[in-house]
Amino acid sequence: MQRYILRRLVQSVLALLALSMLVFLMSRLTGDPTMLMLPDDASQEDIAKLRHALGLDAPLPVQYWVFLSNAVQGDFGRSIKGQMPVIDMIAERLPHSIKLGAVALCIAVLLAFPLGVIAALKKGTTLDTMANIVAVLGQSLPQFWVGIVLIQIFAVHLRWLPVAGVGSGWHYVLPAFTLGWFVVAGMMRLLRSSMLDILGSEFVKLARIKGVPEGLVVWKHALRNAMIPVLTFGAIYLTILVTGAILVETVFAWPGIGQLIYQGIVFRDFPVVQAVVLLTAGLVISVNLLVDILYAYLDPRIRYG
Amino acid sequence: MMTHMAAGALFRDQPAERPARWRLAALKRVPLVPLGIITLMVLTALLANVLTPYSPINISLPDRLRPPFWEAGGSLAHPLGTDPMGRDLLTRLIYGTRISLLVGCLGLIVGGGLGAALGLIAGYAGGRVDALVMRVTDTALSFPIILFAILLVVVLGASILTVVCAVALVLWARFARVIRGEALSIRERDFVALARIAGSSPLRIILVHLFPNVFNTLLVLLSLQVGWVIIVEASLSFLGAGVPPPTPTWGSMIAEGRDYIASAWWVSFFPGLAILATVLAFNLFGDWLRDALDPTLRQM
Repeated sequence: MQRYILRRLVQSVLALLALSMLVFLMSRLTGDPTMLMLPDDASQEDIAKLRHALGLDAPLPVQYWVFLSNAVQGDFGRSIKGQMPVIDMIAERLPHSIKLGAVALCIAVLLAFPLGVIAALKKGTTLDTMANIVAVLGQSLPQFWVGIVLIQIFAVHLRWLPVAGVGSGWHYVLPAFTLGWFVVAGMMRLLRSSMLDILGSEFVKLARIKGVPEGLVVWKHALRNAMIPVLTFGAIYLTILVTGAILVETVFAWPGIGQLIYQGIVFRDFPVVQAVVLLTAGLVISVNLLVDILYAYLDPRIRYG
Repeated sequence: MMTHMAAGALFRDQPAERPARWRLAALKRVPLVPLGIITLMVLTALLANVLTPYSPINISLPDRLRPPFWEAGGSLAHPLGTDPMGRDLLTRLIYGTRISLLVGCLGLIVGGGLGAALGLIAGYAGGRVDALVMRVTDTALSFPIILFAILLVVVLGASILTVVCAVALVLWARFARVIRGEALSIRERDFVALARIAGSSPLRIILVHLFPNVFNTLLVLLSLQVGWVIIVEASLSFLGAGVPPPTPTWGSMIAEGRDYIASAWWVSFFPGLAILATVLAFNLFGDWLRDALDPTLRQM
């Protein structure tokens, strides 16, 4: 177990290093920032001075090392638009994103589990077909458009819910639903197929022969085991949530990280985009690591495999 | 890791020979409606300048925000209304088809080609090369790679070329994964061993013996990813990281309508409908092609 954890830890650190190197090289593709910071008639001497002050005259590996050690200490530079340290902007917004993501995930699980189990139990019926349509639509609808249409229906026409922004709990309903719904499609299909596998297995038959009530067989014996593949895909769901959050937060003017990266794109605010990408990379890789360790703990075959 | 184990267990009971020919039963169920929509979209993209008398970029402020013809104040001169700059919405939708299909096709060619090449090399070479390629692929797959696509566009500036690169960046890993698995199993077959004994170079084996055998799978993968690529392009455009204005794209049209949700619903509604119809058509067509050519890919 310890060896497994150690190996995954090393792999994660290597992945993070590779990603940070990619980001760094991209940042050097932008060209020389001194050209933008100085007036056109600046002398060669001034340019050289500024380059030296910014550390741009050092060799690339040295620059990368400075970049990396700053990033590890939480220094991602200053926003071009906001004129404040990027890390402060992120710290201010991160809680909003985490809260929205958590609510969205809860909605997704609450919808996907019953739908997936019922679709498996009623295989081939209208219910199953309807669940399948939900899944296909989940793949074909652009998320940001769904958000806009929901605003038009529930906020503009019916006036049941607020249009955008944060405030009361009601503000969560539309963005969290839009965000969560796209996880539902995949989760439901996966749960349906793994439920079908499990329901046909020997131990479910045994439970039935023993006289365990059908409800208990389905929701306890079978569902518990059918959940394992869903857990494996945890990283994929996180990816869908992070990607979706950029679009959904933009649509609903949700003051989170996703909206920050959108503003970064609009104002070509490179330090902001770079910091969000790096931090998200760290977050996703850490969560992947945690899920894998949890998984190895639950299923010994992985550790020794 | 788990998916591979599961897939292995699923396929073990099946005969070793892969279904190479078209299946008759599936051929009978050609999806006419999706095929019709796809044809319509391609024709629209090709004939955009014939189909509409308006320009997609010339601004005409007196005509701004006219509603569709069936609403009060609308007229058949602008069947779907006009946008906040007074441009005909239907015209912009028609021209937007061009960008969606163009970026989609180029992105698929670059991303799919790169992914397939890496998959073939990894699958054929095995060992360390395989381990390295798969490590990178897995990282790319378990990561919101669209963030790097956004970064790429912000760094290089938005143009068709950078958007195509961004789409390819998001796409390649999905191809590498599946093609590598295929190549791995074909490598063990007798005809590959015979070719090696006969002195064929690795490059020749990959191109002449492996590639034709993964071609069906590649075709199915390509068709299954078209819809997704169109959504990625639209998402980038919506975020302002796509093909820059004034070129009309479906994603940027939705973004323009965002400020007029309460007063002019049509500006953002119709581009979304266009995306939905196109993506749904390609997805249904891809599903059918998969059933006809390579049903073993169903678990994708």
